[in-house]
Amino acid sequence: MFLQLLVSGISIGSIYALVALAMVIIYKTSEVPNFAQGEMAMISTFIAFMFLDTYGQSFIVSFTGALGFAVALGAFLEFVFLRRAKDPNVLSLILITLGFEMMLYGLASWKWGADQKSFPFPVSDFDIVNLGQAVASHLNIATLFVALFLMFILFLFFKYTKVGIAMKATQQNMIAARINGIRANRILSITWGMSSFIGAVAGMMLAPIATLDPNLMMDPLLKGFAAAVLGGMTTLVGSAIGGYLLGIIETLFGGYVSLQFKSIVAFLIIVLVLCFKPSGLFAKHYVRRV
Amino acid sequence: MAFLEIKNIETFYGLIYALRGVSLSLEEGTITAILGNNGAGKSTILKTVMGLIEDQPDKGTIEFMGKRIDRKDPEQLVRLGISYVPEGREIFDELTVRENLLMGAYCRHDRAGIKQDFTRIYGYFSVLEEREGQLAGTLSGGEQQMLAIGRALMNGPKLLFLDEPSLGLSPILVKEIFAIIKKINEEGITILLVEQNARMALKIAHVGLILENGRFVMKGKAADLMEDEDVKEFYLGVKQTESAKGYQRWKRQKRWR
Repeated sequence: MFLQLLVSGISIGSIYALVALAMVIIYKTSEVPNFAQGEMAMISTFIAFMFLDTYGQSFIVSFTGALGFAVALGAFLEFVFLRRAKDPNVLSLILITLGFEMMLYGLASWKWGADQKSFPFPVSDFDIVNLGQAVASHLNIATLFVALFLMFILFLFFKYTKVGIAMKATQQNMIAARINGIRANRILSITWGMSSFIGAVAGMMLAPIATLDPNLMMDPLLKGFAAAVLGGMTTLVGSAIGGYLLGIIETLFGGYVSLQFKSIVAFLIIVLVLCFKPSGLFAKHYVRRV
Repeated sequence: MAFLEIKNIETFYGLIYALRGVSLSLEEGTITAILGNNGAGKSTILKTVMGLIEDQPDKGTIEFMGKRIDRKDPEQLVRLGISYVPEGREIFDELTVRENLLMGAYCRHDRAGIKQDFTRIYGYFSVLEEREGQLAGTLSGGEQQMLAIGRALMNGPKLLFLDEPSLGLSPILVKEIFAIIKKINEEGITILLVEQNARMALKIAHVGLILENGRFVMKGKAADLMEDEDVKEFYLGVKQTESAKGYQRWKRQKRWR
């Protein structure tokens, strides 16, 4: 039982971790928790569905198309809306992201309707692999590997590429970045595009488990946000670990304590973390200069 | 044609009238020092030129090598060959020393040149080479200042703005840094220096200017300024001789207005 719960916890944790990463990447550059993250991912997933179902394209074409759309969507939202905000403070930016959230939600409901669709996926959720006392579906394993692979790529990106380092530099000190010739605005667009990409991957990995409707990402978004708070909103590694921790804790709680109250675990964790370690479990104590 | 020509710029911070018509021209290959009290507007000049104050200068023009550069973004200016070492260093705390320097060369694409500049900068500041892999936030104040200067040089600038490089450093370090500034200048980089430490600044500068309340009130060769009675008393802290009775009966008052 325990092992089986652990397997499902890690699998769902991968999704939370991806959502958390997507949120943290934006939060670090603009100090805005992007509440539209989930809807952006949901729309991208619908785009993949549209390619697959309506146009009958192959998986490769559909998924690449959807991910490309996700990047464009993220960069577009940043470029068209956030950048236009004059003298923005954090609260107004958060409101802008909430506005996106509603816009995208409405758009999806209007275009694809609120009925639940099943999302075709190349990896099956029913073929299983035996892991001693537990079983993992192919989809569980694929999810884990995709998440780990993306994290590895992100790690390399932030460590070794010029744009990655410039992104970190912009996160730390925007003025200093600009006087070194880093185009801060462009970096922000790239950040939004990247974040949207990661979110879309999470959405597409989740859709075959859940059902595809405009509410697809609502729950995972809150969980991902909780995971990011748990791990620390300022660290990528921390938020990823937070995602896995949350996934495992939640599943264990569902298995041993109460399945009905499984969802509140995330909120309980947010409250506890905010009470005892507001910076998150893994955040370095680094105070940003005002 | 002057290298950098600032003509009559006026800058507002919101409602505050910070620069009230400042003109300045730099000759290529010189060090120019701007001196002045707190709040005189020294740093504001640099920030205005660098385009860091939005929609400013309100009036006036700035030309760099014959090209208008007023109201341009800092990102564009850096690409023209202007580097800026801001007041208070503003390094990237959570990047390593090497990554900080690499960010200085963000606009460059000549790998060989960047590599060469790394050795050149490590030549000026050997401490930086020792701490290459360390996070910049853990460096001491002096090392951070060196890093900030090094980062600005990585851009391969023709013109370098230095905003209070001596701020918060020990006298020995100040001397060291100023010696290096002089060396950088001798290698052909034009420097505009803003300083509170008038003595050190005038020692290495060719031209000195004194700013008060957003206006230049004095300009001269650095050596001449050092000898000027007013400058001596107000900026270098040299006491006037007392009268025969043993006390000074009058206080020198100097206002330029």
